[in-house]
Amino acid sequence: MRKSANIGLRLAPWLVFVLLLTVWEMAVRIWSLPLWILPAPSRVLQTAISSFHLLLDHTMVTLGEAMLGFTCSVVLAFLLVFFFNLLPCLRQALYPLLVISQTIPLITLAVLFTIWFGWGLLPKVLVVILVCFFPIAISLIRGIDGVDPEMIDLFRSMGASRLKIWTMVQFPLALPSFFAGLRISATYSIMAAVIGEWMGAQQGLGFYMTLLQKNFAVDGVLAAVLIICLLSLLLVKLVELAEYLLVPWQRTNTIHY
Amino acid sequence: MELEIQDISKSLDRIYTLDKVSIQVKDQEFVAVLGPSGCGKSTLLNIVSGLIPPDQGRILIGGEDWTGRTGRVSYMQQNDLLLPSRNILDNVIVPLLLKGIKKNRARDVAHSFFADFGLEGFEGYYPDQLSGGMRQRAALLRTYLFASDILLLDEPFVSLDAITRRKMQLWLRDIRINYPSSVLFVTHDIDEALILADRVYVFSARPARVIYQLDVTAIRGDEHSYNSAKLEILNKLM
Ligand SMILES: Nc1ncnc2c1ncn2[C@@H]1O[C@H](COP(=O)(O)OP(=O)(O)OP(=O)(O)O)[C@@H](O)[C@H]1O
Ligand SMILES: [Mg+2]
Repeated sequence: MRKSANIGLRLAPWLVFVLLLTVWEMAVRIWSLPLWILPAPSRVLQTAISSFHLLLDHTMVTLGEAMLGFTCSVVLAFLLVFFFNLLPCLRQALYPLLVISQTIPLITLAVLFTIWFGWGLLPKVLVVILVCFFPIAISLIRGIDGVDPEMIDLFRSMGASRLKIWTMVQFPLALPSFFAGLRISATYSIMAAVIGEWMGAQQGLGFYMTLLQKNFAVDGVLAAVLIICLLSLLLVKLVELAEYLLVPWQRTNTIHY
Repeated sequence: MELEIQDISKSLDRIYTLDKVSIQVKDQEFVAVLGPSGCGKSTLLNIVSGLIPPDQGRILIGGEDWTGRTGRVSYMQQNDLLLPSRNILDNVIVPLLLKGIKKNRARDVAHSFFADFGLEGFEGYYPDQLSGGMRQRAALLRTYLFASDILLLDEPFVSLDAITRRKMQLWLRDIRINYPSSVLFVTHDIDEALILADRVYVFSARPARVIYQLDVTAIRGDEHSYNSAKLEILNKLM
């Protein structure tokens, strides 16, 4: 009984999704909407398949930028936390700035980056870092702050060095929080790369979409959107897989006596 | 190993927490410290373990001055403080790893104690998957593996339900026959102190001062003196 209810709940989003697509498809057919206003989902899929090679080339560029920015963000977040740990006063000075930096509109920065750094790889990676770094850094800091000070006292009482306390206590206990931030960043990394490309590029999904948009090729734009969604989803799943492997202690919760 | 706490005083913002506390734990002796909540019992153990320095006084271990230095005695705090990220076996071997013993060997050493500590069969479980009593036994084993000659135990059973606590007290009393360490045991449960300890010190409310001492071994088995001792301690604590 309960099991079938669970399966029903799991299927629910898929059912809604299929329903939406059907309504969309029907609406386009009934009112015979022109292609440059709204193409039917079937048409979007067709376009995606027919322009597969072109899409793939641009996707690889975007994915590369996103991954590079994402990786840099993780490295930078760890460096930041390392220096915050080393010099607590640095944290006092930088933490508020870090929070304020998040209120700057991303689009304007993306434009500035293309002005300063041209149309190459760098401005895109910078936009991705701007988007991804903050959630990762904050979640890592929160995770480390959340460690019970008594736990650290215990390790100190056993004569553990700071490095040992970091590797045995602070880092592993911060992992669940860290992965929460990583997930958010993974979700937005592709989108950030696309925004970077939108402001000026010679390749990538964002660039491709600006071209299609200028030609009113709405089906092509939507095909690219589809790719962006799928890619973002894939990254989130990869992060979840990594979390599953690296945080095994949060998988089950049965109590034994 | 002998532990001598000599005239320890400690104040925080000019308010005295500990006022010239002296306690002696002889080799293989089990000493309980009873005191009202908030009188400074945990502060005393923090000082003995070396985590915080005293304002005055000395901590002598086997005649050697260890005041303000960590890494000599085993210290089990009020909570079990097991790492949620490690299974029970890997939690328990932490002190051995910190001493530089290789992982496989540390696991072998720790595992030989699992039956006695009632942990056999649960090596691979994470702390979240175990009951409170089991977690306390695991924490106790970890404490024991760090330094087996002097253990500081800070109300180790306070978070357990009455029945489990009783079981743990009896278990600890029995297991001490095979593991005769010197123990300094903090509690505010009079029965617990009288069941387990060879000697009992009673602290006053803050600032903590030793106001009463009792040799439990002398009255064990004698129900009348036992009950009057209990009443006496209760009066002191009121
Ligand atoms: N480093 C310190 N030095 C001196 N006093 C301290 C220090 N840290 C805390 N205190 C004070 O010591 C008092 C007693 O705290 P402590 O935790 O030692 O009591 P306790 O007897 O263990 O209480 P409980 O039974 O609730 O565990 C507190 O009021 C606290 O303000
Ligand atoms: Mg206490």
